[in-house]
Amino acid sequence: MERADVIILGGGLVGLTLAIALGKHGVSTIVVDPADPEQTIAKTFDGRATAVSSSSFRMLQAIGVAGRLEGHGCPIQSIQVSDGLAPGGLVFDAEQGDDPLGMMFENRLIRAALFETAKTVPGLNFLPKTRAAEVVRDAAGVRIALEDGRLLAAPLLIGAEGRNSPTRDAAQIPMARWSYDHVAIIQTIEHERPHGNVAYEIFYPAGPFAILPMLPGTRSAIVWSISAADAPATLGLPDRAIAAEIEKRMGGFLGAITLAGPRSSYPLGFHHATQITGERLALVGDAAHGIHPIAGQGLNLGFRDAAALAQVLVEGARLGLDLGDAQLLARYARWRSLDTFMVAASTDTLTRLYGVPGKTASAVRRFGMSLIHRIGPLKDRLMAEARGESGDLPLLLRGLSI
Amino acid sequence: MANASEPSTIDPKEAAHFGKMAADWWDPKGSSAMLHKLNPVRLKYIREQIDHHFQTDETSRTPLAGKRAADVGCGAGLLAEPLRRLGADVTAVDAAPENIAAARLHAQGQGLEIDYRVGSADTLDGLYDLVTSLEVIEHVADVRGFVGGLADHLAPGGLLILSTPNRTPQSRLMMITLAEGLGQIPKGTHDWNKFLTPEELCAIVRDAGLDVVDVEGLSFSPTRGFVLSENTSLDYFIAARKA
Repeated sequence: MERADVIILGGGLVGLTLAIALGKHGVSTIVVDPADPEQTIAKTFDGRATAVSSSSFRMLQAIGVAGRLEGHGCPIQSIQVSDGLAPGGLVFDAEQGDDPLGMMFENRLIRAALFETAKTVPGLNFLPKTRAAEVVRDAAGVRIALEDGRLLAAPLLIGAEGRNSPTRDAAQIPMARWSYDHVAIIQTIEHERPHGNVAYEIFYPAGPFAILPMLPGTRSAIVWSISAADAPATLGLPDRAIAAEIEKRMGGFLGAITLAGPRSSYPLGFHHATQITGERLALVGDAAHGIHPIAGQGLNLGFRDAAALAQVLVEGARLGLDLGDAQLLARYARWRSLDTFMVAASTDTLTRLYGVPGKTASAVRRFGMSLIHRIGPLKDRLMAEARGESGDLPLLLRGLSI
Repeated sequence: MANASEPSTIDPKEAAHFGKMAADWWDPKGSSAMLHKLNPVRLKYIREQIDHHFQTDETSRTPLAGKRAADVGCGAGLLAEPLRRLGADVTAVDAAPENIAAARLHAQGQGLEIDYRVGSADTLDGLYDLVTSLEVIEHVADVRGFVGGLADHLAPGGLLILSTPNRTPQSRLMMITLAEGLGQIPKGTHDWNKFLTPEELCAIVRDAGLDVVDVEGLSFSPTRGFVLSENTSLDYFIAARKA
């Protein structure tokens, strides 16, 4: 029987970040993940990129991950939101001397940095290429039998397996969920003209289209959402045809483009667990909530879960509490519930608002955007949201140790 | 343990009452739900006093390593278990055998080694670096005798931590009228007339030969729940040291 303070099922970006944050503060973990790390950091595995908010990045600095990402992130200095290619959209600029609005990283590079860091963290026991065959949670603790026969025990289980979390489903936690009936196509491109560290979010009736700046300055990640019905045909197009479709939607302002890297697609949906805790159980990241990738907030929400839960557990451990204590879990749930729901609900509203076709809807959107543009405080609030700086911030998100 | 040998400071009616609750002790939604809710803030106070008194590193998980701790009136071990996890060698006593039975069972399930005993402070042996007795004094028949007993088992330089409800209109409203009236605390748990004010309890502690080093309130905020504050009108802690 292998024991630890916490067992984390799912060693993805959020699960590993949490394990490292806990380990750095003396809380031991066993992380179980079915994937092979060699494969998940390969160039061909994952073409996704993430806009890491400055508060998320401060946490990566505080737990010793950021050093391994040095020079790999492209700062976003400005976000331009527009209704199609029409003028009059919203522009969010980072203040001179202030943090950028986010840093674009390839997910596989973040994953590689986490794997490397995890190897150096005492008390972090990473068990790849296996999964839980049986999980028992009761008043005495959590006991797990792995498929390879090993037995694990801990006072607390954390479900970090992503949107199809078996842990969440086994706990019978009800979900609010719906599908957007859309698929996101993710594609890295090279373009003729430099992006100037600007991220573009262009709303088309068929779905939002985002151009996210990457390194070097003539490379961007495209997040292109199309209806599920059109997906197979579009994904099956030859490279040159896809490139032409993308270029059309970009309005040509970055010049001619070529594809750089694998193309992948993900079904888009909204899901929100009505509870994120259970008996000796906490959910983090997409296991708890999955949101539309339009604003690049999904992983940041997961990082905020990790930061809050790490603080709750580390502070609980220093009080000598059972880490599965119901009061600790209640604190985590209270801390995260509002933030999670606000971000989920607002990205959902945004997506629906922009999904309405027709000239009138478009005029209303443009009017709304120009209005937001003129109202300083609201804009500040939206920028703070993009940076991930609203709410009562966990210490790690301020770059501080717990 | 035979009744005849039970120390005089324990009120037998009170001990029987908690015995009934024993099986339910560790259920966070059971009859001790209020104690479970109070536990993190109580432990926060104790941890702060430990770090201050013993000059321990506030980021350590085992600030009590190598120290002896005694918890008197331990119930089913809600405080004794955390003290053990913080590294102490823990002796915990309670007048109700049912509580001790529940406590032993629970500690075993948690893999924690704690010396549980049925009785009062006079079942302790030798000297302890830390002695705690939380929400107990208001149930005790002879408070002076009880505090004196705790002081006798405190090592020189040792730390005593007590908590108890204040005798104020607020505490009567919150703890008797509301909490017991609404069933958040079982009816008959408290007798308001036995509550002591901080001044009265400080005097008793000083008379037992200890220096009071801190008095802090435990108050309730509708938005943040139980919090430590200067407001002692509901419930309060006293920390004292033996010279």
